[in-house]
Amino acid sequence: MGPATLFDKIWDIHVVRSIEGGPDVLYIDRHFIHEVTSPQAFDGLRARGITVFRPGKTTATADHNIPTREQELPIKDELSRKQVETLNHNCSEFGIEYFGLNHPKNGIVHVVGPELGYTLPGTTIVCGDSHTSTHGAFGTIAFGIGTSEVEMVLASQCVLQPKPKKMKITVNGSLQKGVTAKDIILYIISKISAGGATGFFVEYCGAAIEALSMEGRMTVCNMSIEMGARGGLIAPDFTTYEYLNRIPSVESRPDFKSLLLRWRSLKSDEGAVFDRELEFDASKIRPMITFGTNPGMGMAIDDTIPDAESQGEGKASFLKSLDYMGFKPGEKILGYPIDYVFLGSCTNGRIEDLRAFAQFVKGRKKAPGVTALIVPGSKRVEQQAIREGLDKILKDAGFELRQPGCSSCLAMNEDKIPAGKYAVSTSNRNFEGRQGPGSRTLLASPLTAAAAAITGKITNPADLLKN
Amino acid sequence: MSKLKFNILESTCVPLPLENTDTDQIIPARFLSAISREGFGENLFRDWRYDKAGNKNEEFVLNDPKFRGEILVAGKNFGCGSSREHAVWAIADYGFRAVVSSFFADIFRNNSLNNGLLPVVVPEEFLKRLLAMILEDPGTKVRIDLEKQDLTLLPTGESLKFEINPYKKECLLKGLDDIDYLLNIREMITAYEFRNTLRQ
Repeated sequence: MGPATLFDKIWDIHVVRSIEGGPDVLYIDRHFIHEVTSPQAFDGLRARGITVFRPGKTTATADHNIPTREQELPIKDELSRKQVETLNHNCSEFGIEYFGLNHPKNGIVHVVGPELGYTLPGTTIVCGDSHTSTHGAFGTIAFGIGTSEVEMVLASQCVLQPKPKKMKITVNGSLQKGVTAKDIILYIISKISAGGATGFFVEYCGAAIEALSMEGRMTVCNMSIEMGARGGLIAPDFTTYEYLNRIPSVESRPDFKSLLLRWRSLKSDEGAVFDRELEFDASKIRPMITFGTNPGMGMAIDDTIPDAESQGEGKASFLKSLDYMGFKPGEKILGYPIDYVFLGSCTNGRIEDLRAFAQFVKGRKKAPGVTALIVPGSKRVEQQAIREGLDKILKDAGFELRQPGCSSCLAMNEDKIPAGKYAVSTSNRNFEGRQGPGSRTLLASPLTAAAAAITGKITNPADLLKN
Repeated sequence: MSKLKFNILESTCVPLPLENTDTDQIIPARFLSAISREGFGENLFRDWRYDKAGNKNEEFVLNDPKFRGEILVAGKNFGCGSSREHAVWAIADYGFRAVVSSFFADIFRNNSLNNGLLPVVVPEEFLKRLLAMILEDPGTKVRIDLEKQDLTLLPTGESLKFEINPYKKECLLKGLDDIDYLLNIREMITAYEFRNTLRQ
């Protein structure tokens, strides 16, 4: 055997069988489900008259279609309530662990998995949600699947998957002040486009990636899908072990020491071959913002929107996108007034994100015209924020800490941005209508969101950072 | 459980020359509260098809009576974004049986194959020509032969081979189902688990 990539090492030991000329039968160590993409899969099991093959390896949480206020009360929207009740019912019927509303472990599926120690290096994880790539931060093969595939995993603990190609993205150097993990990934996507990594699984490496906390690494891996990648992963290192060592259910495992030893072998070998390799310089990255309707349409916050002629074949799509956003080619958007700010989602709804936002707004006041949605990624994040007094800092600055959920990231609940309004959002997608019909999303980091919330305008957070 | 079979499809096409069409456009999130697989076609491309008041947007291709057919021809990176299989259910429920593009997002492609909706990948240059042809003559018919893996422009007879995973091709031709396949190898999966108890 020649030198292997980390991805190959993990994938290959999870192949139960390779189908001649076809996909691999890939064994799944951990399956997460939520209310939106699972009901039809359970119906499928019932139609076949079969049970869940390994119910202990699936965990459910309600996150996509729930309110972020008054979670103690029954969900008002009838369809949403029915969907959440259906998940509850399916989990009881098939013997699956379920974190419903108000459960102390409830939260966004990709925030909950890592914080509970379910996301472990060297494992395979799937979920009927494209942002499953988040878990790759732990050196995990994690990817989103469709509902038919959710049914496959429930029925057999396996999915049929063609093996993706491998891409290595190295980010050298170190980040400047006011630049975060979110800016790294928005920068990469802006360089290679929203479809630039389609067919690939990405390994992120380099000094700037190694310097990130686990939360930052999750933000990077989370948005791998936004450049089309099947997923993204980062080799586990001391930062990873430290994070896992703090989780009681992991640290107390009798085999923790042997796990640690095994995790140390989880890295790409010297000379391992990737199908594509890209390198970036972290010191060149400035705070990023998107100006269009796919995550590839991003730029440094003080840059100008490219002109249409530079878009070649994509010119029509580019102009349609700018028209939707109410922007023009060649325009600068720094200083542009905004209406909403959203802090949250599986991209930036973790404790570190809330801390960064709170630290930034501490001693300042929210701009009067701005409506802000501050949504923790999980019940645990919410509780931690309250323990640290972040809720008070936020309140003093004019913000309200809501209850956990996916919220305005996909706006299935009432947390919608009205038509025509601009939202600086820490989430992952700026698609047309993503945050509500007609909404205009500007993707950015928690710091850039905080700066916009304080000034009411698109603002470079580096200019306002306290030393 | 057997699924709808796919073999030969001969149809006019509906052109959608936009790039990066994401699954939020195909079926917006507010329609995902349903717990069955049916009826999503009604809201396919909802916010492009209708304005805020629910009136038809006459400019959108699905509302243009000139363009009819079971083949959707779309710009590159079709189906990017959310993994929602509802997008495929909506396209199939509306009446499409194949989508042609220069490349598809990975999850969308898997979801399509799992629902008997054939994703056909053609070179960028060919896609451009095909779109131009359809726009010029909406009566342009295309024949897709899955067995032979070729797509033919009927007016000119020009034919082009396309790739598909041999296993998935077999499943589509015979209406076979991945879950039946997996259920049949449950013993092998159990043996795999046994071998790996020491590893986990």
